[in-house]
Amino acid sequence: MNAIAQTPAQAEVSPLYRKRLFINRLALTLSLLAMASGMIFLLWILAVLFMKGIGGLNAAVFTQMTPSPGSAGGLLNAIFGSFVMVSLGTLIATPIGILAGVYLAEFGRRGWVAPTTRFVNDILLSAPSIIIGLFVYTIYVAQVKHFSAWAGAIALAIIAIPVIVRTTETMLLLVPASLREAAAALGAPEWKVVTMVALRAVRSGVITGILLAVARISGETAPLLFTALNNQFWSSDLNAPMANLPVVIFQFAMSPFENWIELAWAGAMLITFSVLAINIITRVVFRQRTN
Amino acid sequence: MNAVLQPVEDVTAAPPKISVRNLNFFYGNFQGLKNINLDILERRITAFIGPSGCGKSTLLRTLNRMYDLYPGQRAVGQIMMNGRNILDKSQDLNLLRAKVGMVFQKPTPFPMSIYDNIAFGVKLYENLSKAEMDERVEWALNKAAIWGEVKDKLKQSGLSLSGGQQQRLCIARAVAVKPEVVLLDEPTSALDPISTAKIEELLHELKTDYTIAIVTHNMQQAARVSDFTAYMYLGDLVEYGVTDELFIKPKKKETEDYITGRFG
Repeated sequence: MNAIAQTPAQAEVSPLYRKRLFINRLALTLSLLAMASGMIFLLWILAVLFMKGIGGLNAAVFTQMTPSPGSAGGLLNAIFGSFVMVSLGTLIATPIGILAGVYLAEFGRRGWVAPTTRFVNDILLSAPSIIIGLFVYTIYVAQVKHFSAWAGAIALAIIAIPVIVRTTETMLLLVPASLREAAAALGAPEWKVVTMVALRAVRSGVITGILLAVARISGETAPLLFTALNNQFWSSDLNAPMANLPVVIFQFAMSPFENWIELAWAGAMLITFSVLAINIITRVVFRQRTN
Repeated sequence: MNAVLQPVEDVTAAPPKISVRNLNFFYGNFQGLKNINLDILERRITAFIGPSGCGKSTLLRTLNRMYDLYPGQRAVGQIMMNGRNILDKSQDLNLLRAKVGMVFQKPTPFPMSIYDNIAFGVKLYENLSKAEMDERVEWALNKAAIWGEVKDKLKQSGLSLSGGQQQRLCIARAVAVKPEVVLLDEPTSALDPISTAKIEELLHELKTDYTIAIVTHNMQQAARVSDFTAYMYLGDLVEYGVTDELFIKPKKKETEDYITGRFG
């Protein structure tokens, strides 16, 4: 029989068609399984955090300082410290990261500087955070001879910068050349083309990159151990050691004291759910704006 | 002679706005344009036609030096405009592009409001008060025959418009800076026939104020809208002349083959 003249009904029973149908189903099943396994672990982690953390979560967590073993207390100083250092780190990293990303995507098309920067940035992106902590310890903490919130913020900034550089560059490369040409065709100088048109076109992507960086640094423990250390008491002095959630969780979770372990779970839940909340809120805000 | 068919105005009676002399263009080692010579007359519409890859877009992009954005592309020769060679190294590219506007194949509204899309280019070179800017925005949108459709939603994103409206917004944006020349690179190839008709009509109106060069894939469009047509093939300017003559009585066999559809 002539293959071209087959009717759809005949094609349905052809072995080639059946094979294709089978492969299609197989691929769909495999990808669904992969999706499900990812989701299961994510939900599992969230569920465990929630169940273990909700018990320790009460008003005292937000109003009292970290306690000594056995006595009652909260996480206020650690929450405040984490907030301060993550905010400072993000504030330092955001302009540097965006500017470097703009350079790589827009200006660094010729020469060797940009490829080298990109390479180094990629190494930094995957550098173990404990090394960043040691680095800041050596060049800053060891020089001024005390741990401090500034040192912690700088370490967090160094971790955040490559994330922001990478996403900013990737996003800018998605801007169609025609949009840049259109702005240039009006006689706009290059920096205006970049800031007013290209960056604006990918604003939400760049902000997502910053949020990714915030999520990444808000859970970092190792770099803070070497820089901000910890503080059992309230302190808002940026030149003194400052309490922070990750280090408190690390210390408390490893301890044999039940009230500390409970607070560690509450802290872990706080970090996770605040990062989740930031992400959801920005998504909602951006969706409303684009509509 | 039939009086109805007589042109109101002699299309050739205009001074050249842009004179291209011995223009050669290179993409790296590949020569995209070969020794092009032509005059683009003031307040006339000049169309560049030819098969894909013939160099018509390349020629258009030399007129505002758009190619300069890309390393490895270079033009050699002369493009005289207002008494100077715009290919000179000393030519300020931003000032040139403010005088020679461009509209692209795909609509390229900026990610900002309709109002700001127009104001963007104006703000680059003029310091207008709020009232003057409002007036300019309305003027430009009127010129592009889109004012009626957008006057109640100037604050909305330019991306919210339909494709045909976006393209007219881009034309408004180009004329808002009051250029001397407007270049159009296949401005209707991504649009439906009704939007295309609107834009062609618009070109007729714009001709009274601006010198227009248009690249088109569509020969009927070239015949409908242009005063002069240049037929290009493989980087050569094969034939250039008054549109009616070129379409009715082409001088060269290649041109005839192309416009009669025997080739291309």
